[in-house]
Amino acid sequence: MSAFLSQIARNRWILPTLVVTGFAVSILSHYQPIFSGYTQIILITIGINIILCVSLNLVNGYMGEFSVGHAGFMSLGAYTSAVFTTKWTPDIPMLFPVAVIFGGVMAAIIGLLLALLSFKTRGDYLAIITLAFLMIVKSSWENISYVGGPAGLLGVDKYTTLPWTFFWVVVTMFVIRNLVYSKFGRAIIAIREDEIAANAMGVRVREAKILAFVVSSFFGGVAGALYSHLNFINPKYFDIVKSTEILVMVYLGGISSLGGSILGAVVFTFLFYQLENMGLGYWRMVILSSLLILLMLFRPRGIMGMRELTWFLPKRELKGRRKL
Amino acid sequence: MLDHVLYLAQQSINALQQGSIYALIALGYTMVYGVLTMINFAHGDLFMLGAFACMLLVSVLTPVLVVFPPLLSFIVILLLVMIIIGVLGASIERVAYRPLRNAPRVSAIITALGCGLLIQSLTLVIFPYSKSMPKLFTNTTFELFEMPHPDAAGASVTLTITALQIVIICVSLILMVALDFLIRKTRYGMAMRAISFDSRTVPLMGIPVDRIISTTFLIGAGLGGAAGMLYGLAYPVIAPSMGILVGWKAFIAAVVGGIGSIRGAVLGGFLLGAVEVLAVVMFDSSYRDLISYSLLLLILIFKPYGLLGQAPNQKV
Repeated sequence: MSAFLSQIARNRWILPTLVVTGFAVSILSHYQPIFSGYTQIILITIGINIILCVSLNLVNGYMGEFSVGHAGFMSLGAYTSAVFTTKWTPDIPMLFPVAVIFGGVMAAIIGLLLALLSFKTRGDYLAIITLAFLMIVKSSWENISYVGGPAGLLGVDKYTTLPWTFFWVVVTMFVIRNLVYSKFGRAIIAIREDEIAANAMGVRVREAKILAFVVSSFFGGVAGALYSHLNFINPKYFDIVKSTEILVMVYLGGISSLGGSILGAVVFTFLFYQLENMGLGYWRMVILSSLLILLMLFRPRGIMGMRELTWFLPKRELKGRRKL
Repeated sequence: MLDHVLYLAQQSINALQQGSIYALIALGYTMVYGVLTMINFAHGDLFMLGAFACMLLVSVLTPVLVVFPPLLSFIVILLLVMIIIGVLGASIERVAYRPLRNAPRVSAIITALGCGLLIQSLTLVIFPYSKSMPKLFTNTTFELFEMPHPDAAGASVTLTITALQIVIICVSLILMVALDFLIRKTRYGMAMRAISFDSRTVPLMGIPVDRIISTTFLIGAGLGGAAGMLYGLAYPVIAPSMGILVGWKAFIAAVVGGIGSIRGAVLGGFLLGAVEVLAVVMFDSSYRDLISYSLLLLILIFKPYGLLGQAPNQKV
């Protein structure tokens, strides 16, 4: 049995096959009613959460910083892309991908500024800077009447579909997986373990931090853009509570693990909807937060515990490994 | 001219009231950070529970309390709230934080976030709608000064202070002075300062670290509970979400003052209160958060370890 499992784990063809099948099914579901509307919404939400989770894992997991501002980047992407599609280029669905990239780029620019600000500080103080950033972004949206103020932006077209979400999940995974196993990835892991030592070994700490922040905020913005073309956008949604939810998913699945991020997003989103269905809507956050506390007490590194799904590991890292 | 001075004085009183509540909450954050170098993200929710505990206590104890003068019943309820919230804070430390003391720092922070979320969502299950806070005493308004309005005939400009404002400012100041005395002059305070100075050597000196940390949580959470009760009296609509709204702001105040520093927390709290009142006076109230957070961010950029904080030693 375990030999069989390790066969599956080591087979390099499974992941590409899954990606192709996923694309085929998601595109097919656009024309054939494979999933109900409700299932589609859950699947899209899982996709968005995977993007959020994986991108936050880059900063919080691999780089070991503690950012609580991811909902801020999400809202930047959500608002800028929604303004793009509703105000500047209304009724042109073809431009939706451009809008998503635009949202991501805007988030990345602000992410760059935040990275520059955060160099002087580290650890707990970075948490505070990102928290202040989140509050500033949220209360800016509430005060800009062009984007609807406290009521939020209404009448955003529902362009986000299953194939687009799947596409962006694959892009996010591809980019971040390749980054993490590149020279840059080694650099940010070195920063996590010991910043001073990394600096002494010739790691360019500033460059690595900027890149990690920019990439992370870009995909946060992309997730926001996908979210805004599916739901209403209201400044209150992009709150510290939303950031906490993303953090819960990341640490539930396990830091420094792409497989863990996927697992965390899937488990969290599934439970989130399932508890609602069971009539436990009110108890939902009670159950999820107790789950988080118990997990941290008994398995402080998350479900995957810094291990990686073998499919995501590069070939050179597979040598010498025996088990899954 | 004089009417402007009066207006400024009036706003200063409001800022003092707001600031003393922030300072009380910020003390809890900073004390825990001092001994454990850990952000207790559940503290804001303990503050929120302080208001709810006061509301419940008043509704249970009303038949007994009517016998006593209002000030006495206020003090009794304040002490009860502080004890209940303090014990709750210490038990959270015992159950959720102590097992993780040697785990990676981030897991303790996440657990704290989880505890905060748990408290908040549980409160939301029990009280789905916002509640109104009972009155403990009649809120008399005292006129300190009055002068005729320079522009409008018949109208007058006044400087007032309410009984509630006096109580809030006095109680906070008494608690802060008591805490400062406790930390600077007693054996417990010395042990606490020793732990924050060097947590690895201190157990070897025979100091009961676990007990000191428990006491720190007890006191810190107790102060947060008192702040919650005062906040509830000042703004009588209480909701489970106020732990996040007010608590996180107080946390920022603690950081701006220099987290780990007791006097810094008080300074940061009053500064935040002043900035918020000024922002509302000069701009619109919807800009309050935007302005106060931007200013705090600016302070942190130029003084990364806060106004009174010390940069930690970086050891290689």
